[in-house]
Amino acid sequence: MKKLQFSEIGKSFGSVVANDNISLSLGEGEILSLLGENGAGKTTLMNILFGHYVSDKGFIEVEGKKLTPGSTRASLDAGIGMVHQHFTLADNLTVLENIILGTEPLTRLWSQKKQAHQKLQDLSERFGLLIDPDARIADLTVGEKQRVEIIKALYRDASILILDEPTAVLTPQESEQLFKVLKEMVKAGLSIMFISHKLNEILEISDRIAVLRHGKLVGEVATKDATKESLAEMMVGRKVTRPAYEKLKIGKVVVELNDVCLKAKEGATSLSNINLKIHEKEIVGLAGVAGNGQAGLASILQGLASPSSGELKLFGDTLKKYGPSYLTESGVARIPEDRTKEGVIGEMEIWENFLGEELRTKSKSGFFIDKKEAVSSAEKLIEEYDIRCEGPYASTRLLSGGNIQKLILARSLSNNPRFIIANKPARGLDEGAISFVQQQIVNAKTKGAGVLLISEDLDEIFELSDRIAVIYDGKIQGPFDSNKVNINQVGLMMSGEMSKDSINEN
Amino acid sequence: MMELFEMMLTTGLWASVIRIATPLIFATLGELICERAGVLNLGIEGIMTIGAMAGWLWVYQGGDLWGGIVFAAIVGMIFGFLHSALVVYLGVSQHVSGIGITLLASSISYYAYTLLIPFSTTPPKIVPFSVFEVPILSSIPIIGQALFHQSALTYLSYILVVITFFVLYKMPIGLTVRMAGENPVANEAQGINVLLIRTGAVMAGSALMAIGGAFLTMSAFDAFYFGMINGRGWICVALVIFASWRPGKAFLGAILFALFEALQVRAQLIGADVIPYQIFSMMPYFLSILAMMLVARKAAYPKALLVPFRQGDRI
Repeated sequence: MKKLQFSEIGKSFGSVVANDNISLSLGEGEILSLLGENGAGKTTLMNILFGHYVSDKGFIEVEGKKLTPGSTRASLDAGIGMVHQHFTLADNLTVLENIILGTEPLTRLWSQKKQAHQKLQDLSERFGLLIDPDARIADLTVGEKQRVEIIKALYRDASILILDEPTAVLTPQESEQLFKVLKEMVKAGLSIMFISHKLNEILEISDRIAVLRHGKLVGEVATKDATKESLAEMMVGRKVTRPAYEKLKIGKVVVELNDVCLKAKEGATSLSNINLKIHEKEIVGLAGVAGNGQAGLASILQGLASPSSGELKLFGDTLKKYGPSYLTESGVARIPEDRTKEGVIGEMEIWENFLGEELRTKSKSGFFIDKKEAVSSAEKLIEEYDIRCEGPYASTRLLSGGNIQKLILARSLSNNPRFIIANKPARGLDEGAISFVQQQIVNAKTKGAGVLLISEDLDEIFELSDRIAVIYDGKIQGPFDSNKVNINQVGLMMSGEMSKDSINEN
Repeated sequence: MMELFEMMLTTGLWASVIRIATPLIFATLGELICERAGVLNLGIEGIMTIGAMAGWLWVYQGGDLWGGIVFAAIVGMIFGFLHSALVVYLGVSQHVSGIGITLLASSISYYAYTLLIPFSTTPPKIVPFSVFEVPILSSIPIIGQALFHQSALTYLSYILVVITFFVLYKMPIGLTVRMAGENPVANEAQGINVLLIRTGAVMAGSALMAIGGAFLTMSAFDAFYFGMINGRGWICVALVIFASWRPGKAFLGAILFALFEALQVRAQLIGADVIPYQIFSMMPYFLSILAMMLVARKAAYPKALLVPFRQGDRI
């Protein structure tokens, strides 16, 4: 018998169809991957399963029994556990408190923490999910938080586990560890639905793959019959091509940092004596493990912080005034690291977000908003950058991550900037969106912009950059011509184990 | 200065500190429960007023004292329900709704009072709670007389501090309340109805606020006056922050503020011919602000305080 059966599920948000007649099943002890681009409807489908949303049509059966729609409680009772993409944990509470929440009858006078402690310990040993039950969530690493989410499901004796983009936040080593745990669980009889858009790991972990595109189920294949290429094509609907690298003759210096230092606030990395030059028509890749000073450097270049010492020259002039609006007006484009927090204002409409950076320059007589003009230019950009939305009046928070990134690109690149600071521009995006974003950055370079590309993804750095610098503990090595270093050397520099000199010697 | 120190050691001072603190303890606990569930309840000032009115009215109409407390609590819960209907279910701004509740509840109190007793110049009195001396405990020097030579309501407030602590930290329902204030989505993901939990917490908290108000008419004084709450509700909102949302600290905060208050009243008597008395009246508030700046800057806010929870929203 099927463990889980979706029958003709349909769900729309306004005029956007998120799920269109999806029928899908999950067998016992099976790992089924749900593959699709951002906005393809994977998360929506899982939220329907978990009772966060009510589907417009169709129904779900668990072990042959119809599931009550729209009730998380019913889904939990049916043995479904979900590891959300955005963790549903409370930072100020302990691991144990987060896990036992809702597992005890509310009328019980005394939480039975001792028993809970024991059960948690047993589970974590059995599946190799080590965790300190009394730690506060806020003190855990992202990987540990995810472990808590998984234990939370196991604690409730879930027999179906849904993991929504579990590896998006993990390091490669942590992902490996997770896969081991998942395989252990399948052996113990659980069925798993694994949602992702990373092809490699889907091929590694799953038994069967279902592909969603624009809300429709476009294919189901056994993993052994699938290849990376065939999956990518199914997911995007066409052949995916990454932008081709082309070396251009570089122009004038656009940004020059001379001995720039930044005293960081508590918990962040300080910068010491950063020297870096970026020219027109070149992409400088900055590799490094997160938290080594990238945030500080990016905030200086975005005008959000001023260096504690040193000099920053922009387009040949020493910068005396720091401030985001001043920088954007003089030709700096910013693609911030956290697109939903720093890139857009979710509660505002799309046209308003487009206007955000140009409020002073694009207003009627410098005083009133020219709404007509703003909306029509928003419409143009939506068209040009293929932003999937209901239109310029749609609320920005309703967009998927990839479309928000497109919005940011459209906003910052349409003004032909001379310098672009791109901080992890492809993070968390799917294949189609990644190639789009990268192509836009390459186009901007061709048009004459200088680009600083900050990324943790070495493949991306090597595919796009003309020169590569490495940041470790607030200090920069390089930049080196990208054909003169290899991935291994950069990897070693990222861990602080190799110095500049050893490269020159080679 | 010496006079001040001597004063600190008198039972009389501490007894009045406790008397001043009692309504604050009730109402601060009430506000704390609401905020722990993620709902700021600025209706506190009005709910205390109508609690004071309701309790007094019950007794004035011939009911017994404890009946009056229960009646006040029920009236408080009704206004708590109104507040949560607006902010929990409809997602209205918590500030706006709270201030609305305060205006509504105070006005109803004064209106009802004026209807009942149209032409009185002296407010009609009731027989308030009498002092109950706890044997043994009350014979502890200085503190004993202050803490345990009080009305039954004061003892109830002590007990409620302990109960609130146990409910919040030891009982499953308390965990869900705290989670509703930290991350309501997590609550929902564990199959708990966030809206219900928040409503329950706001109603329970409002009941305590109303009892705090009733203490004033039924124990501290023996009649209902216009404007008798006099900003005590707002002080409690500040005390919750001062206490970092912890019941034990809320108790201490209430005592501390009451101490300032009691001292300023005495300081007025000593120094009134030198300094205008308004300066002394201002002192507790001034010191409270100072204490807040020192203590509460690093307060760990409930993360979802003021954030409405909408079911089925994109998450």
